[in-house]
Parts: sequence; C-alpha cells; structure tokens
Amino acid sequence: MAVAFDIALAHLTSRKRQTLVSLTGVVLGVAFFLAVSSLMRGSEKDFLKRLVDNSPHITVYDEFRHAREQPAVLRWPDAAVAVRNVRPQRETRGIRGWPERLAAIEALPGLRAAPVLTGSAVLTFAGRRQGVSLSGVVPEKMKHVSTIEEKMTHGTLDSLAADPNGVIVGQGLIDKFSLHLGSTLTVLADDGQSRALRVVGIFRTGNAAYDEGQAFVLLKRAQALLGRENRINRVIIQMDDAYASQGAAQTIEAAVGYKSVSWIEASEDILSLLLVRNIIMYSVVSAILVVASFGIYNTISTIVMEKTRDIAIMKSMGFRARDVRRIFLIEGVIVGLFGSTFGVLFGVALMKLLEAIEIRPPGVVEIVHLPVWWGPEQYALAAAFAMLSCIAASYLPARRAGQVHPVDILRGAA
Amino acid sequence: MTEVIRAENVTRVLEGEVPVTLVRDVNLQIEHGEFVVIMGPSGSGKSSLLYLLGLLDVPTSGRIAIDGQDTSGFDDDGLTAFRLAKLGYVFQFHFLLAEFSALDNVLLPIRKLAKLDDAEAHARALELLERLGMADQQHKRPSQLSGGQRQRVAIARALANDPLVILADEPTGNLDSAASQNVRDILRTLTRDMGKTVVAVTHDSQFASVADRRIGIVDGRIDMAWRPGVG
Repeated sequence: MAVAFDIALAHLTSRKRQTLVSLTGVVLGVAFFLAVSSLMRGSEKDFLKRLVDNSPHITVYDEFRHAREQPAVLRWPDAAVAVRNVRPQRETRGIRGWPERLAAIEALPGLRAAPVLTGSAVLTFAGRRQGVSLSGVVPEKMKHVSTIEEKMTHGTLDSLAADPNGVIVGQGLIDKFSLHLGSTLTVLADDGQSRALRVVGIFRTGNAAYDEGQAFVLLKRAQALLGRENRINRVIIQMDDAYASQGAAQTIEAAVGYKSVSWIEASEDILSLLLVRNIIMYSVVSAILVVASFGIYNTISTIVMEKTRDIAIMKSMGFRARDVRRIFLIEGVIVGLFGSTFGVLFGVALMKLLEAIEIRPPGVVEIVHLPVWWGPEQYALAAAFAMLSCIAASYLPARRAGQVHPVDILRGAA
Repeated sequence: MTEVIRAENVTRVLEGEVPVTLVRDVNLQIEHGEFVVIMGPSGSGKSSLLYLLGLLDVPTSGRIAIDGQDTSGFDDDGLTAFRLAKLGYVFQFHFLLAEFSALDNVLLPIRKLAKLDDAEAHARALELLERLGMADQQHKRPSQLSGGQRQRVAIARALANDPLVILADEPTGNLDSAASQNVRDILRTLTRDMGKTVVAVTHDSQFASVADRRIGIVDGRIDMAWRPGVG
C-alpha cells in the first residue's frame, strides 16, 4: 500500500502542471457547488422562515374534516340506515365552548394559542368604504402567537385592551382614507350593525392587500358586531419548534375534534416545489464536478499511457494487476482529497464574500444581505460527490493499466 | 548440482489470424549456479523462451518447473507472487522508474515483498548498490546516471529479493564496450560468488564467451549447432 502510494504521488508530482489543472477543476467545482448550494438553501430557509413566521404554525378551524355521523347511524352502526332529507341545523357557527378547548390546547407543551373570531365588515370614513377582514382578538394572548405586534408602527395590541372601542388598521388603509392615530371610523357588519371605532394602532407588514384589508378589534367587540356571542371561529397556534407542527396538529385535532391545519399541510405545494428546486440545483452543480472529472480522467490516462514501460517492469517484478490498478486509483483519491479540501476552503471564502454583499432592492429602505446557509451537510455532499467523480474518473485508466501485459511491452521495446 | 529450471516440451503459439509459433517443443534443464546464454538470429524466439522460463509468459503446451515446483497450475497472481520472491530481471532498457532515486528503485521489490522492515530493507538495498559500486550514486535519479550505471542499478534491483535466478534480456545491448564488459563481469561474479543462476539472451559473442553453456535457438527450436555468424 505504501509502495503504491509513493508511486502514485511520484506520478502526480512529476506532472505538476497537469495535476494542478485537474486539481483546480475539482477545487472550483466544489467551491461553486458550495456557493450555489448555500445560496439556494439559504433563500429556501429565508422563504420558509417568512412563511412560517407570518402565518400561524397551526390553525384550528370551526369545521370538521369529516362530516359528523347522523345520530341514527351512531345508534345502529351495523344496520342499513338511510337518513333522508338531512338539513343542516340553523345555529350560530363557531367553535363552541371555546374556553375549555383553548385550555385543553394550551395544556400541551411547546406551544402558545390565541382565540380569534374573524368575519367580514365594511369600514366607512368620510363617505369612503373599504371591505375588510375583521379579527377579534385577545391582545395578551395574540401578542405571543402573531408577529403583528412587531409590525406595529403606532400603538400596541394592548391599546385595544385599554380602549374597548379601539381598532387597529394597516398603513395602507390609513393612507387610503387619510386617517391618523385617533381618527374615528365606522364599522358596518354583515347584518347591518354599525359602530364607531377609534384608531388606536397602525401596523405595516409590507403586504399591500393585508395592510389595506385587515383590521383588529377586541374579541368581545367582534363577537357583538358579528352577532356571534361567546363564539370564536379560529384558534391560532405558534409552536416553539415549527417543524413539529404536523404531529401537534394531529394531536390537537384528535383532542378537540375541530379541523387543525399545520403550516406544513397548508404549504404542501410550496414545500414540494422547494424540493424539486433543490433536486434541480444539485443536479446542475454536480454537473460541474462531472466536467471536472474529465480533467482527472485525462491526466491519469496520459500517465498510464506514458508509464506503460514502468507498469510492465512493475508487473514483471511482482506487482499484481490489482496492485497496479490501486496505484492509479490512489492518484484519483489524492486529487479528490486535495480537491475537496481546498474546494471547501475556497467555497467557504466564496460564501463569506456572498454574505458580505449588500443589496438595496428598489423601493425598500433597509439593506438586504444574500441569505447564505452554513449547514454542514452541504460540505459533506460536495466532498463526497467530488471524491466519487475522482474515483470514477481514475477507474477506467486504472483498469487499463491493470490489463497491461508485460511481455507485449517488453517485445515492443526490445 | 541441483536443477533450478526444467522445461518439458514447451511450445508457445501466438494466437491470431495467422498463428505464429514462437517456441517449439523445447526441453531444457538449467542447474543451480549455472551461467547460461541463449543465442540465435533475430526473431528466432530466444526472448520468447526467456519470458517463458521467467514466468512472464505462459506456454501453450508443455510445462516449466522452477526450484522443483511445477508452475503450470499457477494463475496470474500465483505466477506474479513467484516472480516477486524467486526471479529477478534485467532488460536491454534499464526500465528504472524515472521519478525515483537509484536507492528507491532497488527498494521497490523489497518493499513490495514486505518481508523486511524499513531499516532492514534500506540496509539491504544499500548493500546491493555497494556491491555493484553504485553506493555513491544512491540518491541520483536514473536520468542523472550513465547507461552502464543504470544497468548496474537495474541488476541491483533484480537482486533485491535474493532471487534464485536472474533472467537477462540483452543486458548489454545498449551499452558501450567498457560498460558491457562491466555488466558481463558482474553477472559472471553473481554465479561464482553469490551462487545465483543466470539465464541471458544475447547477440554479443564476447558476452557469450564467458558463459558456462550456450544454447542456440533457431526458429523456436533448440539447435546446438548454431554459432554466431553462421546464420
């Protein structure tokens, strides 16, 4: 083994320029692999963070995933029961007995929950109207589950608790209606009820539709306005570990009976899109390494061709075919090891450089940095793929070297 | 004297569209410590016979026994292991590895056999170079040595694992007369002082004159009547 290694090293160092060129191919391949992978995965993480942070991890709706069985079917489960002319009961929709159910959810570890009653309403001010989604919230619970508190530019969620007739609206609506903090506007509910509310807070999320079409009031106020006393139609939940939402949602649904949807379930399409994007990205960056492996193939092939006499004498001296093969495979491994080591170092330098780049998107005040992901598995992936390409590239020449028949070469030389 | 090489009815046919018989029905015994020279016109099959006796090639029919061991049942790995431990080669071209020093070239078969530890292997290689008068050139690369010096390093390498037999294919073919004489004397000494058996193929009649026995080969057959210049 040591002999094979010495010969391999001697071959590579005796052809410094060619070795350096193929090594550079691997180094660049690994570095670009890392740079692209860290950017793509970084933007994916960034996107998911926005997705996860700006929407509840789990939402419990006032619906059931499956229609409830008719009492007759429950009473005689084995009978052929047909219930005709079933009409829905006229009832006030919403989650019934929500304080108990909320308490049951809050008893689970690692999550925070808040009750919400959402309905549609029309805001009018000085003859102008705007349809909005009106959310009734409990401020001290809401501020632990929603990021809306962080987006407040004026006032806080607690301002609602201080003023039962307060309303929090978005900057978009403020601009549209030319309002300011303290203005009074009228809320018109579906069934004709109306009430004058005072603006006690303003938020700005950057999402225009949301900033124009969302308003927050106290839960009690919303219940009265929408005519749904003691009801809520949503429990929104924030988890300590967003990625545990799927399991927690199932637990909650089993416990309270109402349909519980985690962000993972709700964003299935986006998650599968990201997966496809990653597969495409890794195929493309791996192609760079495949191209680099041609350089190695070329170098080692040339060495094998030039060294047929050496191979012949080594074989006559007592090197078996596999000993000779090993020499050239080791050459591939050496290039792979050095290539991936320097490639990772160069890649990290590239990633640092990318991270330092400052971008100012048009119309945005704050400076944005490229999202670079530093996850360790991409280094392993890049290095493993580089090693694999190097070994594959050296395998063919190595096999040819193993097949050299000493007598053929000796005859030719004599 | 004990027999080192025995060839029985050895024939080697090179397969192809027109099969060529390189060696035809050769019977041969070589004793321990003998200096045997194989001579013959160009293309007579003398090198082919040497490759067969040296287990580099396998006879189409017949059998070759070395040191009392019949080699006809050996596979490629078996033959290779046998060559490593018991045979040494010297060729017309030195075939030294260009990247390695004289000492490292001699060390190569010793390290491959892996019977000696590093210090012992080093001492052995140096001793061989010293015996061949090359100790002061041990760190030089082949390209820094003269033709005769290279051939002496090649002989040291052939002796590295203390083989029974040295097989030499035109060992003086590329050397001037002074160097030729040096190599000739060395090979002669090997049989006298070190008890090695030497089998050499040559065109050189001066080289042949120092041998214990000359074997003529014509058209792949042994022809004891053949003499250089006869045809």
